[in-house]
Amino acid sequence: MLKKNKIHILFGDEEPLLKTVIELRKAGIRIKDAFTPFPVHGLDAAMGLPRTRIAIASFIYGITGTSLATLMMWYMMIHDWPNDIGGKPNWAYYYNMPSFIPITFESTVFCAAHLMVFTYLMASWLLPGVRPKNPDPRTTDDKFMLYLELTEEQTKLAESIAKKIGAEEFEIKGEFYLEPKY
Amino acid sequence: MHAESEIRTPLILGDKNYKQITDDIIAPIEGKTSKWWYFLFTIALLAALWGIASFTYTIGEGIGTWGSNNSVDWAWDITNFVWWIGIGHAGTLISAVLLLFRQKWRMAISRAAEAMTIFAVINAGLYVSLHTGRPWVDYWLFPLPNQFGSLWPNFNSPLLWDVFAVSTYMTVSIVFWYMGLIPDFATIRDRMVHKGWKKFYSILSFGWGGRAKHWQRFEEVSLVLAGLSTPLVFSVHSIVSFDFATSILPGWHTTIFPPYFVSGAVFSGFAMVLTLMLVVRKAYKLEEYLTIKHIEYMNILIIVTGSIVGVAYLTELFMAWYSGVEFEQYTFLNRATGPMAWSYWAMMTCNVISPQLFWIKKIRTSILATFILSIVVNIGMWFERFVIIVPTLCRTFLPSSWATYTPTFVDIGMFIGTIGFFGVLFLLFSRYFPVIAIAETKTILKTSGENFKKIAAAQHKDHHKVEQH
Repeated sequence: MLKKNKIHILFGDEEPLLKTVIELRKAGIRIKDAFTPFPVHGLDAAMGLPRTRIAIASFIYGITGTSLATLMMWYMMIHDWPNDIGGKPNWAYYYNMPSFIPITFESTVFCAAHLMVFTYLMASWLLPGVRPKNPDPRTTDDKFMLYLELTEEQTKLAESIAKKIGAEEFEIKGEFYLEPKY
Repeated sequence: MHAESEIRTPLILGDKNYKQITDDIIAPIEGKTSKWWYFLFTIALLAALWGIASFTYTIGEGIGTWGSNNSVDWAWDITNFVWWIGIGHAGTLISAVLLLFRQKWRMAISRAAEAMTIFAVINAGLYVSLHTGRPWVDYWLFPLPNQFGSLWPNFNSPLLWDVFAVSTYMTVSIVFWYMGLIPDFATIRDRMVHKGWKKFYSILSFGWGGRAKHWQRFEEVSLVLAGLSTPLVFSVHSIVSFDFATSILPGWHTTIFPPYFVSGAVFSGFAMVLTLMLVVRKAYKLEEYLTIKHIEYMNILIIVTGSIVGVAYLTELFMAWYSGVEFEQYTFLNRATGPMAWSYWAMMTCNVISPQLFWIKKIRTSILATFILSIVVNIGMWFERFVIIVPTLCRTFLPSSWATYTPTFVDIGMFIGTIGFFGVLFLLFSRYFPVIAIAETKTILKTSGENFKKIAAAQHKDHHKVEQH
């Protein structure tokens, strides 16, 4: 069985945090998570996080909105109950389309924005009543924290790297055991 | 990190660090409610109650209680609708367009401006939902099948476009605002000692913890929302202007309306942001975050949009003359010299002449002058909508249909009521929500903070000395 330590490393600034992340990764240590009071630029790349695909999702939601609005207006104004209102042509969708543009646009934006935010909240599991995700309350104020899961050996290495760069605290917050894989 | 020239005026004054920023911005929430807050809240609440009474009376008796008549069938209701929705536009412009242009000074005002947007759009929504006459069947505006109403809603009508535009605008603005608030609620949650308040902010914060992956998504979401809101904000006021421009009425049937309305909206919105923020920065001691430089930037935008509005007024006049259409010419003659000429000249003075005073640096960096002029602009922009609607409808094609207009006490009550309601919402917001985006402000501290700029300047100097030797 492999013993692993849960480690919290606390920093007072974003530069030492970034530097530590880079150094630890060079030493072959995987960064489990980082908690910061504001978005630190370059941290996601330094940690090796893949790019988020939420903008692509938003694009897909947007074109879904476009299609839904088009379908709705075609059905209501052209197919189900064609009605000559103010002499605006209603015998084919493409004749009447100019007056459908505004709502098509609004529907696109509506779906793209709301469904993207919904996806974001669900993927990050941010919902009313959810337990705060940061283990240390100071990380929403002015402290920056790294969370690592390391073996005894790696713990010593990580401690020396973090302390050298300027970590304020290095704490082992418990341990767990991994079943060895064969 | 993004580097910035040390000559650029700092956006955060004083010797600040991250903790100080949190403390300063949360101080008003943690502190005791001031007497002034209760005083203003009472006034706003009384005004809002008067508004509720007027709204209730209108629903009970019908819109015959308003001053509107057969000829002037749109009057204060639509004037105030357009006024409120116009005020809302600055919030989105600040948070979305300025985000895309990477204007860092937006961070001090974006939160409050977005809140203002939402509260203003709520008021605008109240007006339009009531002016339909029978607000209890307003659901006919939604695309519901025939059995609910008579027919499907008419998608050829700009009034229906408006329903979609305003509702999209309102919901997207709320979502955009709330996404930004989540990390700041988490900051407050982690500081609160009182159990009940901790729970309150804990629910509002959605369990935010500032994980690296969440920040990565957060930034992408903000950017995409800004990209979506930018065309949205232009579309909303363009569509509002279509309500007028697609009619055949002289004075309304003009192609200049969309850009003219949008710049007017931004113009009035910035004025309202200034009116509110000058009070907020004083009351909550946020002068170091919302500096004179911020005020100057906003005043410059007021000159720009105010000048566009001025050019639009003159273009309208020129086109009326140049078109050779007598009805069109008469409309403008009537506006400028008719029985309601006072409103036209009030609009011209407040919107075209007064913002030009901001060309003088002393005036645009003076808090008192800015405060007064911001109110003047708000009044002017109200008159703009009044001039477009009322004097025009008073005298249309058929002289036998000419009429005049006076608002009733219900009209006045509703207007004052919406201002009161806006005040109530904004006061509650400023008491319980962080008025400046805490997390965002921290990201610019090292590039735009005064103390960090000084350090950078000192290093720069040393560097030069070494080179010279």
